[in-house]
Formats: sequence, structure tokens, C-alpha cells
Amino acid sequence: MIDFSYTILIPLIPLVVFLITGLLGMKWKPLVSGVLGTIGLGISFSLALYAAYQYFFVAAVGDSYQTIIPVNMMWLSFTDHLKIYMGILLDPISVVMLVVVTTISFMVHIYSLGYMKGEKGFQRFYAFLSLFTFSMLGLVIATNIFQMYIFWELVGVSSYLLIGFYYSKPSAVAAAKKAFIVTRFADLGFLIGILLLSFFTGTFDFDKLMQPGTNIFAGIAGVSFLGISGISWAMVLIFMGAAGKSAMFPLHIWLPDAMEGPTPVSALIHAATMVVAGVFLVARMFPIYYFQTPDVLIFIGYVGGFTSLFAAIIAMTQNDIKRVLAYSTLSQIGYMMVALGVSGYGGEAGLGYMASMFHLFTHAMFKALLFLAAGSIIHAVHSNFMQDMGSLRKYMPVTHFTFLAASLAISGIPPFAGFFSKDEILAAALHSNKILFYIEYVTAGITAFYIFRLYFNIFWGKNTRYEHTPEESPLNMTIPLIFLALGATFGGFIPFHNLVSPDMKPFSTETNFMVAIPSVAIGLLGIAFAWLLYKKESDLSDRIIRRLGVLYTYTFHKFYIDEIYLFVTKKIIFNNIARPVAWFDRHIVDGFMVGIGAVTMKISVKIKRLQSGELQQYAFVFVAGALILLLLIVYISGVQ
Amino acid sequence: MNILSLFVAVPVITITGILFTKGLKGARLVSAIGMGIQLLLSVFLVFYYLSVRGAGNLHEMVLMVDYAWFPSLNIHYVVGVDGISVAMIALTSIVIFTGIFASWEMEYLSREFFISLILLATGVFGFFISLDLFTIFLFYELAVIPMYLLIGIWGTGPKEFAAMKLTLMLMGGSALLMVGILGIYYHSAPDGGAYTFNILEIAKIHIPIKAQRFFFPFTFVGFGVLGALFPLHTWSPDGHSSAPTAVSMLHAGVLMKLGAYGCFRIAIFLMPEAASELAWIFIILTSISVVYGAFGAIMQKDLKYINAYSSVSHVGLILFALLMMNKTAFDGAILQMISHGLMTALFFALIGMIYGRTHTRNINEMSGLMKVIPFLGVMYVIAGLASLGLPGFSGFVAEMTIFVGAFQHKDLFYRIASIIVASSIVITAVYILRVIGMFLLGPVRNKEHLQLKDARWFEKLSTTTLVIAIAGIGILPFWLSNTIMNSLQPIIDKLAPFLH
Repeated sequence: MIDFSYTILIPLIPLVVFLITGLLGMKWKPLVSGVLGTIGLGISFSLALYAAYQYFFVAAVGDSYQTIIPVNMMWLSFTDHLKIYMGILLDPISVVMLVVVTTISFMVHIYSLGYMKGEKGFQRFYAFLSLFTFSMLGLVIATNIFQMYIFWELVGVSSYLLIGFYYSKPSAVAAAKKAFIVTRFADLGFLIGILLLSFFTGTFDFDKLMQPGTNIFAGIAGVSFLGISGISWAMVLIFMGAAGKSAMFPLHIWLPDAMEGPTPVSALIHAATMVVAGVFLVARMFPIYYFQTPDVLIFIGYVGGFTSLFAAIIAMTQNDIKRVLAYSTLSQIGYMMVALGVSGYGGEAGLGYMASMFHLFTHAMFKALLFLAAGSIIHAVHSNFMQDMGSLRKYMPVTHFTFLAASLAISGIPPFAGFFSKDEILAAALHSNKILFYIEYVTAGITAFYIFRLYFNIFWGKNTRYEHTPEESPLNMTIPLIFLALGATFGGFIPFHNLVSPDMKPFSTETNFMVAIPSVAIGLLGIAFAWLLYKKESDLSDRIIRRLGVLYTYTFHKFYIDEIYLFVTKKIIFNNIARPVAWFDRHIVDGFMVGIGAVTMKISVKIKRLQSGELQQYAFVFVAGALILLLLIVYISGVQ
Repeated sequence: MNILSLFVAVPVITITGILFTKGLKGARLVSAIGMGIQLLLSVFLVFYYLSVRGAGNLHEMVLMVDYAWFPSLNIHYVVGVDGISVAMIALTSIVIFTGIFASWEMEYLSREFFISLILLATGVFGFFISLDLFTIFLFYELAVIPMYLLIGIWGTGPKEFAAMKLTLMLMGGSALLMVGILGIYYHSAPDGGAYTFNILEIAKIHIPIKAQRFFFPFTFVGFGVLGALFPLHTWSPDGHSSAPTAVSMLHAGVLMKLGAYGCFRIAIFLMPEAASELAWIFIILTSISVVYGAFGAIMQKDLKYINAYSSVSHVGLILFALLMMNKTAFDGAILQMISHGLMTALFFALIGMIYGRTHTRNINEMSGLMKVIPFLGVMYVIAGLASLGLPGFSGFVAEMTIFVGAFQHKDLFYRIASIIVASSIVITAVYILRVIGMFLLGPVRNKEHLQLKDARWFEKLSTTTLVIAIAGIGILPFWLSNTIMNSLQPIIDKLAPFLH
């Protein structure tokens, strides 16, 4: 056996860097924090690559990969069998995630040296970045569901801190708060799901929960509530947590607003890593979903499918380039959920499962690249809106070509990475669920359209006059772009089916031309439309918008989901619950208590006359009282 | 001299010392030294306790001493500690120590202020070491009375009214408690023989169920008033908002725990049968406390009101967990006592420091303070995150232990109540982030606030100590949880027939 205990350093290094920069960073020059963070992450990145190499090429036994737990320490004990451990679990998906997270994080660290240069709070930025990376790494290597929940909360707070990085800006503060509260609400579901699951199975450990042929679910079998079985409740609630973090409809509303954060943060957290945590969670629990609650798995597939189409439609109408990318992220995560939803178990049936992790990987590359390139553009133009851009290809060649590579990748044009992973998803859907297949097929076309709408508007289109001539970004920003562009271009050739599968055995698969040819065709069609409308400055798109009328308005306003939420929170919860509770407490409950005091005072005022100090009055009362008593005694004895 | 009695002796000596000082500087110095010694003493106690247990001492209580005090009534001065009371003593020492530094610049009648404050702490320490119902009650009253003076004289706003209201409501609780304690006393010898006030002795016998049914509500509600049990919590917003900083810290941080601790050590431990029978009533009331307190906090504008309602919610959770009556839930309740004690102390300390600078506690009149007073701002954010149950801080450990423990209850009603109570984590996030967003973040609107100065050394000392304690428990909860669990074992054995 190979000793994997060194993998503990992968998350620990960012943690140490966070503590050092968080406590001492203010005393140094800003750049020191940045360089320290980058070097630390570089080491983590190398270790992760080495671990992946060892895991996949050295540690495999026979034809299957092993689940390896090199470290597992007791952290807190609840009952005799419910204990939280902190440990490291290595299996194909967690190793892939380690590589994805460290790669993107490392690139973002380098990139931010240029992008954030001169910003106030540079050290704080790097400290939070390290905190996030630590939390995310802790999440993916979790050995039990409670460890996952702990890091799940920590990535949530890192995201809060980074979205609200520009804390003097009210919109950033509001967005951070919204992101945290929406995901917290979803996490409540996750927590209750964990409570249910652990109550019936008596364990938090993935190891025990996933054992093939386990009878651990026997205790939950007969339990049902409101007509839905206990285990389905648990798994739906756990999925609620996943949906919150991965911004699935209807919990997606926080993600577009989260774009208020600095762009490298959007690339790292809100495109490549944290938002796919939900996909990872479902993949992690996949055997339970598949064997115990297949209905829930189908439900997950539909949620993913709906979100991917819904978000892609909205993405077509947005003008803020980061928001377009945000909706695009929603849509792509929807693809991954669909892949899990249609997947089977064992051999080729596990294609969907593999495809979801494959797409997660390629998406991390091309979407991080899109965001970082967008950051490079924003850096040069000082605007987020595509109306303020145009013809940038002349000024920013590196950004232009890398952006183009990513656009082709997301549109699914071979040989770019997205083609391969999307093709696998569509193939998996075709075999098991035709409806989802058609939804995703149409979405593929829309995707190509909106991303090339973006591309043509930014790099071609009108000849915008700029106040300051835009310049290509410095090397520390373009090198990560080039690196990620290589990933987005060639990442598709990685044979994922040899690495990831639900039963951890490699299987063989090949490109399905029945799927590939039509999907490339619809991608090219989308690109052609975008080319027609936006390559040159024209009023064609405006004319179409006018034709669409109400349809366009609805889409442009994101189907008013935000407004519905505002109505529920402001009008119903704040005004109809919280305010009345506050009033009720002050006036009714407290009023009653104060009332008791007031009544006591009143009575004492009334009866204090009795203590007048006049002897005659006392004598009178005494004699009168004695007489009344006497009469009473006589009367009572008379009755008897 | 018995080391436990030192916990009462040191404050008394400190008070005597303050009598000989003049003015603020002397008084605060003597107080700081006295309470510093107290803090060291409690650190020593913690290590002593752990080593004794490590050496294989399995007695229910260690360091026990028993003096007959009123032999005719069988009243004894009995002291002794287990892991739970050691933890509570450590909490109290931290809070009073940091409280002294939070009142470092108390100019008005400073000697009298520090004397009252330490007198209050004396009562609390005495309460936690005592094992005799009579002395427990005595120390309990000793802790409540100085509160009246502290709020009435050194408070802000409608302080006389608040002081009166708080004291009267707590006295009302004491009256109920008195009935409960006497009831226990007169049933402490069902087979003849002398009545006793000694908790450990009473625990050995079985109080008749009829008596339990009658006296349990008196005892539980009597202590419950101090633990802000709905609907008897309304002293809390007024009392806290009028009290001076250190008093709010001590009151929310420690005194409210006296209530919860009493509910546990006396009401539930001595009358478990009635507790398990009547739990459902109080589960409803405490569930209301938790959710209703959190909703109440959402719309408040005064920083102290927000934390007062938040305390109603968090302490409600302690009482809720106690009523679940299983080992994990008890463990969670005690962890929450400690965690909430540290967190609220930090909150109230910070609010006092911020109020001292801006002269307002209305969140609408402040904004963007993070930029001007970053140290205090960051500390407030940490307190907020701890309060909303972020992993890495003590609140998470305590809340999760409570939720997992409560959810182990066999009865569906109790499990559903646990889910309802768990939903408070979302509401808590709403009011905490709302407050942080409103007064710390955003642009600085009031230009006068640009001149504010950040924390001074004594303020840093006070807040940092609390943060270290909160994070320490949050990051490495195992030893504390384990110590509490071990101390719970004898109690669990005794309660076993009535547990769920």
C-alpha cells in the first residue's frame, strides 16, 4: 500500500497561509501576502497532481480503484455510534476534485497578483482566498457527511466574505447577504436530511453508507411521512442543500448577484469550484440515490434539465458580461445534474456519472477561463456592460484567442474539451430519458448562441471609441489564461472513462456519432445566428427584440423570480411575521407583565387608607369585625 | 482551605481590597488583579480536575467538603464540582475578567461599581460550587440583588424602570423556586429520618411522583424565568438594554445560565419522572422561545435589543435540549451554556465599546464603521458568525450536538419540534447579517464617525480573550465535550429509567 497521508498537506497549507496572512498580513507589504498565498497554493497544486498520479496509476488494485482513507481523526462524539471524524477519503471523484480545485485556485492566485494590484485590502483578499481553498479542499476529501457539512458551511462563509469584498459598496453587501441566506436556507434542508439519515442508519460515514449490499437502510424501510418514504425525505432534503449551493432553480437567485465580488472570485468560487459542490455531493451519495431512491434521482435530473434551459434562455438577453457567464454557469451545472439523474450503475450504464464529473472538469477549465478573460476585459475597459465594448480583438490578442477557445469549448465544437464531455452527457440522456435529451439538445444550441453573442459583441461589433485605449493585461494575468486555454482545448482527450465510474471500475466508451453530429450541428447553428446578428453593428437584433415584445421583457427581467422572492421575504416574512412578533412581544406579553405591576400599584393605593393611624377608626373596625364574626358563628351553628 | 471555597473567598477579599482604594484607578486595578487571580485559579482548577479524573477518580463530585451550618434544619455548606460545574466556573471567570476590562473607564462611583459587580460574581461562583439547595438559593439571591443597583445606578435610558422590572420578575421566579425547593426538602426523607438539602443525598432517594408533579413546574419555571422562558422573558430586552456593559455581559453571559443550570441540576436531576412526563409542555414553550426570540430580533433597531432577543432564542435552545433528556442533548445544552456565555459576553462588550464611541446604539444612525474601527468591526463580525453557528466557533459545536441529540428522541413529536427549532439557524443568519450589513458595512454616512478611534489595549485584551475561548472550543471541541460527557454519566445512570 502506498502511504497517502501526505495528502493532508494539500488542505493544511492554505489553512496555515490563511492564519498567517489573516493575523500578520496587515504588517507586511501587500505583495508579500499575495506571493505567500501563491507559493503555498503552488505546493498544494503539485501535491494534488502527484497524489492523482499515484492514485490512478500506482494504487489501483487489479482493474478497480480503491477507496483509501489515509487519515481519520475523531473530532467530536455525539453518541456511541454517531461521531464526527475529520479525515481524508480518496476515491476517483475526490482525487479529480482535488486536482480541479487546486488547479483553478492556483491560476486564480497568480492572476489576482495582477488583477487586484493596488486594491485596498489586497492582503484580506488573499487571506480569504486561502480560507476558501482550504474549506473547499476539506469538503471534497470529507470521509463522512458531517465533515462535509462543516466544510460546506465554511465555503459558504468564504463566499460571503469574498462577494462582500468591496464592503463599502451597498450592492456588494446586499449580494453577499443574499448569497449566504439563500444557501443557509438550503443548508437547513441538508442538515435535516443528515439528521434523518443518521437517525435511521446510525452512521455518518460514507464508507458504511456506500457499502454495496449493505442492509443499513433496513431501519428506514417501513418509515414514511406524508406518503413519502423516510429515505426519500432524507435524500430530497440532502439534495436541497446541493441545489442551494449549486444554484439550481428555484434556489438560483443568489448566483447572478454574487457577481458583485471581484472577478477572480467569480471564476474560482462561482464558476469552477464551490457551485459544483452540489454536483459533487450528489455524486458522492450516488449509490444511495441509485439503489434506495431512484425516484429522487429522476427528480434531480429534471431539476437540472429545467435549470439548464431556463438559465440559458435568460443568458441570451443579459448585457452585463459577468451575468451572462453566471447564467451560463447555472445552465452548465444543470447539465451535470442531468447527467447524474440519467446515470445507471456498473459498466457502461455508469456513463452519466462519469460524464457529470467529466463535464465538471472541463467546465471548470473553460468557465474559469471565460471569467478570467472577462476580468481581463473589465480591467482594460472599466465596465461590465457589453454596450461599452467592441472590436477589442485589436487591442487584446491574448485575451481574444483564449476567450475564443473557451467559447468554442462551451459550444461543444470538436476538438475542444466541452465537445467530449457534453457529448457523453447527451449520449447518456438519449439512452435513458428522451425528454431530458431534447431539453439538453436545444440548450446546447442556445448556449452556442449566447456565448457567441458575447464574443462578437466584445471582440467584433462596433468600433467603440475608448477614453483610454485598452491594453493587453500583464503577464501574470495572461499566463493563467493561456494555461486554462490549453486545458479548455485539450482537456477533452483525457480518458475519463478509465478514471471515474460509480463502481470504480474503468469501462470503455466511444464517441456516439448519432449524438455527436447533430449536437455539433446545432452548436454551429447557434454560432451562425450570433454571427449574423452581432458580427457587424446592425439593428437586426433590436428589430427581433421588438418583435418578441413581452417574451423578451420577461426574459430580460429573469422571469421576475427575484421580485417574487422579495415579495415573500419583505412583505410576508418581515412585515407579516417579524414585525408583528416584535409588536406582540412589546405590547401583549410584556404589557401583561407590566400590567400586573400596575394593578398591584393601583390596589395598594386603594387599600393604603386602611393604615390611617387613627385610633378611633382602628377601634371601630375591630369592634365591627368582631361583631360580624360573632354573628357568623351564631348563624352557622344555627344552621347546623 | 478548600480550593473551591477560594472561589468565594477571592472575590470577597477583592471587595475588601477595593474598600481601601480611592477613585477609578485603584478600584479597577484591584479588581483586575483579583479577577485575574480568579481566572488563574479556575485554569488551575480545570487542570487539577482533568488530572484527578485522569488518575482514575470516579467519584461523582471531586473536592467535596461538608460543614454543618444549621444542624437543626440539616443545612450544610457542601461544595464539590464535576466537569460541568468546572466548565461553568471557568466560563464565569473569563466573563468577569473580561467584564472588568470592558468597564475600565467607569468614572461614576467607580469603587461602588466594582464592588457591586464583584459581589454579583461572588454569588455566581458560590452557586456553581454549592451542592446544598439552601446555599444554592442563598447564592442565587446574592447574584440577583446587586443587579438592581448596577442597572438602577449605572444604567442608561429608563434605567430605574428596567431595574425594577428585572428585579421584580426575577424575584417572582425566586418565589416559585422557594416553593419548589421547600417541596423537595419536605420530601427528601420519604422513609422517615431527617430531611436534607443535599442534592447528592436527595438524588439517591425517589421523591414520590405526586410530589414531583406538583413541585417540578415550580422549580423549572422558577429557574426558567432567569433562563428567559417564554412568556416570562420580557425582563431581558429592557434589562439588557439599560444595563451597563459589564453587567449585560455578566447577566446574559452567566446569570441566564444559572437558570438553565438550575433547571438541569435541580429540577430535572431531582425530579426526573415529572420532567419526562411534563416535558412536552415545556418543549412547546421553549420551542416558542427559540423561534419567536429569533423573529423578535429581526426587526429591532437597538443593538442591545437585538442581542437580548437573540439571547432569548439561544438560551431557549438550552432549556429545549435539557428537556430532551438524553446524554447527547444534555451535553449539547451544557456546551451551549458555555458557548452562548462567551458569545454574548463578546457581543455586549463590543456593543458597549461601540456605544462609547458613537453614543448611539441605533443601527440606523451608524454605517460603514468597519472602515473606521476595523478591529472592533472584525470582532463584531466574528461574534456574529459564531452566533449564527459557523463551524470553527463554539456555537456550531453546541448547536449541532443539541440537534443531533434532540433528534435521537424516540417520540415523533419531539423530533418534529427539533426540526422546527433547527430552522432558527436560518432566522439567526438573517438578523445577524442584517445588523452587520447595516452598521458595519456600506459607506460611512455620518461624517462625525470618521473621527472615531479604534480599540485601546484593554478593549483588545478583553475581546481577544473571549474570541480565543470561542474559537478554541470550536476548533477542538473534543476534550470539552468529552469532559462533560464523562460527568454526565452518573447523572444518566440515575435518570436512566426515565430517559428516552
